[in-house]
Amino acid sequence: MTATFATPQPALADRITRRFAAKRRMAFAIPAAILAYLIYAAISFDIAGLVQRARMDNAAILLGDFWSHKTHVTRDNRSGDVTVAIEGESKGTVPPPAMLPDWVTMAGGVTTIDLGTGHVVTYDDAGARFVVPDYGTIDIRPVGGKPVLTAPEPIPDWISVAENKVSVTTDAGRFSYSRSKVETFKYEPGWELFFFTLESPFYGKGLGELLTLATVGERVDPDRMNISYMVSEVWTNRMWRHADVAWAIFETILMAFLGTMAAALMALPLGFLAARNFMPLGPLRFAVRRFFDFIRGVDGLIWTIILSRAFGPGPMTGAIAIAITDAGTFGKTFSEALENIDEKQVEGIRSTGANAALRARFGVIPQITPVLLSQVLYYLESNTRSATVIGAIVGGGIGLLLTQAILTQKDWEEVAYYMVLIVLMVMLMDSLSGWLRRKLIKGE
Amino acid sequence: MMVDIAYGPNEGKRPDLSDSREAYLDMVRRKRMYGGILLVIFIALMASGWMLAEERNAGSFWSGLPQVFDFPAEVLSEAWEKRALLPGLFWDHVPALIETLNIAAVATLLGAIAAVSLSLLATRGLARWPRLIPLFRRTMDALRAIPEIVIALVLIYILGGGPVPAVIAIALHTGGALGKLFSEVAENADLKPVEGLASVGATWSQRMWLGVIPQVAPNWLSYALLRFEINVRASAILGFVGEGGIGHDLKLAMQWGQGRYDEVVAIFLLLFAAIVVIDRISDHYRHKLVKGH
Repeated sequence: MTATFATPQPALADRITRRFAAKRRMAFAIPAAILAYLIYAAISFDIAGLVQRARMDNAAILLGDFWSHKTHVTRDNRSGDVTVAIEGESKGTVPPPAMLPDWVTMAGGVTTIDLGTGHVVTYDDAGARFVVPDYGTIDIRPVGGKPVLTAPEPIPDWISVAENKVSVTTDAGRFSYSRSKVETFKYEPGWELFFFTLESPFYGKGLGELLTLATVGERVDPDRMNISYMVSEVWTNRMWRHADVAWAIFETILMAFLGTMAAALMALPLGFLAARNFMPLGPLRFAVRRFFDFIRGVDGLIWTIILSRAFGPGPMTGAIAIAITDAGTFGKTFSEALENIDEKQVEGIRSTGANAALRARFGVIPQITPVLLSQVLYYLESNTRSATVIGAIVGGGIGLLLTQAILTQKDWEEVAYYMVLIVLMVMLMDSLSGWLRRKLIKGE
Repeated sequence: MMVDIAYGPNEGKRPDLSDSREAYLDMVRRKRMYGGILLVIFIALMASGWMLAEERNAGSFWSGLPQVFDFPAEVLSEAWEKRALLPGLFWDHVPALIETLNIAAVATLLGAIAAVSLSLLATRGLARWPRLIPLFRRTMDALRAIPEIVIALVLIYILGGGPVPAVIAIALHTGGALGKLFSEVAENADLKPVEGLASVGATWSQRMWLGVIPQVAPNWLSYALLRFEINVRASAILGFVGEGGIGHDLKLAMQWGQGRYDEVVAIFLLLFAAIVVIDRISDHYRHKLVKGH
């Protein structure tokens, strides 16, 4: 007897030691496997080539544009006309001489641009000169149409000289001279013309001045109050298009709302058909379940493509695409929730002589409402994000504005603006759905 | 009991108990009225919303509805005529599919690694610096809020095309989304092992690695697998909008239009099969991880 009791001890110890050794091996093997996979991925994604191809100058332009704007001072070398335009857009062109910024002076064919800290650019009949402190004067004259550079030797690498173009990049601003035109860019912090465009009577006024005008000041337009004039000027701003952006945000939320709710309404009756305790007919149940799997598996992307062929671009197409994709997911979760209900309540209702519809209404729905609501609200929030992406494909909402702004590759301040708005929108929907969830489910 | 539910536990404002039947009916009537009002508001919102959306749409709902199957039918009939070519086309697009899956897998891995540290730093009772919990929580909120497409398109401008922008974009979003779920799991972890480790002088990382991670690993893995499923879809969509993977192939084939519909069908089927297989496998393992069998 004693021998049989004693023998398992070393075996047990042995087994546990072996298990420990295996665990220790795993503790090294798993990170090693992950590392090996990441190395494989890095090679297959060509990280080395990517580092070379990365355009850090683009990153600098992008980050600069996020918080600053540039003003172009351009002279057409053929006609000699000088224009000052914010972001180089015709909508931002300053009408001279009334609204010229104080760092540009024009007198008798000579334009002087003071970029600050001693950097001065001059355009005149002979060509253009750029005075850079601690370096000297960069002088460019057209000879036979081509710009010819005279500057202190050796030419530093921030001056780039090509056959038909000379460009200079300094901290104070950029300068470029080509056959057709000479341009100077000055960077200043802030998003210019965000509230009022140049043609607005409120442009260039300080906050105090605007407050006075809005409250006690004399009417700029005798027909209406200043405050309503201001609001309409901001709303119809042609540079930033606030009205369009607000509409796009609304459209995105609308797509998410309609899509989620329609999906829930479609999935609820189908969920009953897919639940074991409500649908005794096996083949039909199987068919409904595979139908859910199918629409979930086909994926939102493919539904979006198919639907935009039928319904054309727009928010309704996006809403239907969201509805179809989510109907599959909702159907699955709803039928699972239905299978997990407590049968006692249903029995109680049955004992009063209620028919199937009444049993479902009073015995089943109250039990699954919390699961249902929390699912729907969670998807409402996550669909706001999806609606941004789907909007980019179907052509509706803020997603479209954003992708357009990114693809033109110049209005990065608008990209930053839209990004901020999207993040705020998603966070707002997140807290709204959280609030509703607490209100409706926990009854707080 | 019923009165407590309807009026709350405060004494004073509850109705006369001698007439409980009347009070009960009153409550039922009020509940019905609230329910009715909510229903009317909901129906009004849905109806006006759909009408507005339809008005802004290029095509209308009723004229589009019969055409829903026109495009799939056109595509399928062309593909059926060229069905002999399909196996070859599958083969052609397998590398793109692998790229899409790799994007999703790498992004899920990197995102999950970020989520582990973020979530532990943002969980009450476990955090290394309890005062910084709000900071880490808001970081996760912000990461979750930025749609992948925004980061991907901006990064394409800087890094050029290829899969890396998509990986970074999905990984950032995954970090935020998983971080929140991970931290909810970690909040329910038993603190006794952590205290035991602390009593023998373990550092914070040792306490987390030996005391918390073993407890939460099954749930965390299950969430990470679910996220991988979601990320496969996201990576296909990003390919369609941006660059890289099978989504990009699909876009090119779609832009070509008629004459390449066999290719479209091949890509559809490949993507569909991949998504279904991955869903199945991850479903199976998640079941195993959470239920333990």
